[in-house]
Amino acid sequence: MNRVNTNRYSFIPLFNLFKYKNNEISLVRLLQKIGLPTGGILLFLFFWSVAAQNIDTSLGKFPGPTEVFNQANSLVAEHQAERLRETEFYQRQQQRNADKLAKDPYADIKTRPYTGSPTYFDQILTSMITVLSGFILASAIAIPLGVIIGLSKTINAALAPVIQIFKPVSPLAWLPLVTMVVSAVYVTDDPLFAKSFLNSMFTVTLCSLWPTLINTSVGVANVNSDLINVSKVLRLSWLTHTRKIVLPSSIPMIFTGLRLSLSIAWMVLIAAEMLAQNPGLGKFVWDEFQNGSSNSLGRIMVAVLTIGFIGFLLDRIMLMIQQRVNWDRHADIR
Amino acid sequence: MQIASKFKQLFLGTICLSTVICSQAYAETGEPEKEDLKFGFIKLTDMAPLAIAYEKGYFEDEGLYVTLEAQANWKVLLDRVIDGQLDGAHMLAGQPLGATIGFGTQANIITAFSMDLNGNGITVSNAVWEKMKQYVPMKNGLPVHPIKADYLKPVVEEYKAEGKPFNMGMVFPVSTHNYELRYWLAAGGINPGYYAPLNGDTSGTLKADAFLSVTPPPQMPATLEAGTIYGYCVGEPWNQQAVFKGIGVPVITDYEIWKDNPEKVFGVSQEWADKYPNTHIHVVKALIRAAKWLDENNNANRKEAVDILSKPYYVGADANVIANSMTGTFEYEKGDKREVPDFNVFFRYHATYPYYSDAVWYLTQMRRWGQIPEYKPDSWYTDIAKKVYRPDIYAQAAKDLIAEGKMNATDFPDFETETGFKPPHQEFIDSVMYDGTKPNAYIDSFAIGLKAKDKI
Repeated sequence: MNRVNTNRYSFIPLFNLFKYKNNEISLVRLLQKIGLPTGGILLFLFFWSVAAQNIDTSLGKFPGPTEVFNQANSLVAEHQAERLRETEFYQRQQQRNADKLAKDPYADIKTRPYTGSPTYFDQILTSMITVLSGFILASAIAIPLGVIIGLSKTINAALAPVIQIFKPVSPLAWLPLVTMVVSAVYVTDDPLFAKSFLNSMFTVTLCSLWPTLINTSVGVANVNSDLINVSKVLRLSWLTHTRKIVLPSSIPMIFTGLRLSLSIAWMVLIAAEMLAQNPGLGKFVWDEFQNGSSNSLGRIMVAVLTIGFIGFLLDRIMLMIQQRVNWDRHADIR
Repeated sequence: MQIASKFKQLFLGTICLSTVICSQAYAETGEPEKEDLKFGFIKLTDMAPLAIAYEKGYFEDEGLYVTLEAQANWKVLLDRVIDGQLDGAHMLAGQPLGATIGFGTQANIITAFSMDLNGNGITVSNAVWEKMKQYVPMKNGLPVHPIKADYLKPVVEEYKAEGKPFNMGMVFPVSTHNYELRYWLAAGGINPGYYAPLNGDTSGTLKADAFLSVTPPPQMPATLEAGTIYGYCVGEPWNQQAVFKGIGVPVITDYEIWKDNPEKVFGVSQEWADKYPNTHIHVVKALIRAAKWLDENNNANRKEAVDILSKPYYVGADANVIANSMTGTFEYEKGDKREVPDFNVFFRYHATYPYYSDAVWYLTQMRRWGQIPEYKPDSWYTDIAKKVYRPDIYAQAAKDLIAEGKMNATDFPDFETETGFKPPHQEFIDSVMYDGTKPNAYIDSFAIGLKAKDKI
């Protein structure tokens, strides 16, 4: 138990630096931990700007780092301008509602949400919410199902072909089916969720559930035989067996699966939004492509970097959780 | 003599009808049944009435809270109107008609507001233009407009002789662009091919000299540049963009193919219109005001409109590209900029009124190219037009605006005498006479195209 506690913060690389008393080693490590990545990024920026200057598209030069930086700033400015429009919208609405009440004191007054277009940051938020909903739904299906498959060789044999067939299916193939099914099945006058949200979410779920499912079942199937014997000796009930023996021992594998699932979910989401015109970063990219203005490529590049950064961030968060719940500290996780 | 008596009948009929309508007291429209609305549009300058109605607060004046959302393509847009994800949308004039007669997707879509006149152009690639140019008559070193497809014909034949299909792009099978491009090609003796839906052929390239296929508007320049197509017919700013990018030359605008042709409409599903009649009228009111603003004082507001449209959430193209056509000029070859004051018309000439004769024209072209596979009597054309085009709703909206003092009666056609059929005219590139009340006679007057009882 003690060992676990000392390693608790090992996911923060900088923290490790201070554990070395010897300054010389520390300096070398500092260079390795900070110098190398910084160098890599600088080198990338250099090659990017050189390459960008030499690529001529029909929308002008390919955006270099400065152009992208400017576009990022203008996206922030547009966000602020839109918020201002939003405030004005609410003021006008209040005024209108007051007029309506003055005319008819029993009038039905509603305050409506802003009707303007979503800004870049709204789109990021929508994408994050959609991906997390899809991912959580996928996990809620995949983990229990994975446990059942892992526990029973019979079920495993029966379902394995189905899983293997569905696993490699691209989101682009699922999307039309999901769209048609959602619009056929989800018919209500006062929808709680937008259909576009459901379309993206189910597509994400369908594509991201497989790694968790497979890893969970493998983890469950490979529980240490000693532990299983212990369980048999103690005559544990099925539920207790699963809770006390199976789940704890398969946690590392489950989380490996979840991490894979989340990164797939993020990739799928962008494609789904782009194709189905569902709100989010994918739609932002597509809209900008359609705009074909001289700023469009720069703005798409901002989106590309944002998508990459968020994907990285999501992965790091999963890694942190994985390391926290992982009892097998010897496993090399990257 | 016969024609005259028919007209007299029609005229008398209208008077009787209008007295019936007028005898009912005019009542102002009640509150909208549904106030939160979502409208779809395609990134084209002629979505302007929607953007202006939003930005100028005309929707809000009607108590409507509208969200405008760009759609990926016309098919997605139509499907979303049908399944209710969108309350209404900026549509191609042929879309409500095509949907109602069941060409493509079957659904009852109606329109009470015509969004604009003209606004399209036909562009060919630089290579085709170079070959075509030698046949085009010149004056003072500049080509004489309008350029007919007669000059394209030798080029198409050259490709044909080499065994290369002459591919061209248009935006949708029931798009105005498809019919305009076909009209222009056929007027120059080039057969654009037939549809044969009964035999399961919906490609529209049977017996074709030039092969037309669907390409989404924003991708037209890129597809032309890639060499997949040699020319296209599309709305703005995608013709001007070809000039800016130096990849193609617009040869003709649709204004020269058919003067003041109806282009886009505002479509909603029949079901939606039945459920929310008041909302529909309020929407049309806001759109009429927006259209008027766009044309007011001799296009004085167009500059501001351009700035609004160039916002990334509307059309999003560069302002100078949009301005080129919106402010009444059109650049053909690079540097050959000419005045086309009526390139985009939003309100003048009663542009917003849904004329039955416009609907009938599109139906005649659908028949001409086989999208309507069988002979239909003249009455069928009128019936479909009356089912889809709804000037009654428009008139109610207009009367409300007049009563509120926001507009004058002179802004509109005289609702008491308006039959919905424009008088016969021949302002087409091939000067063929068009009379909306005699669709079959019109269909039979073309050299290329299906006639009376022809079947493919």
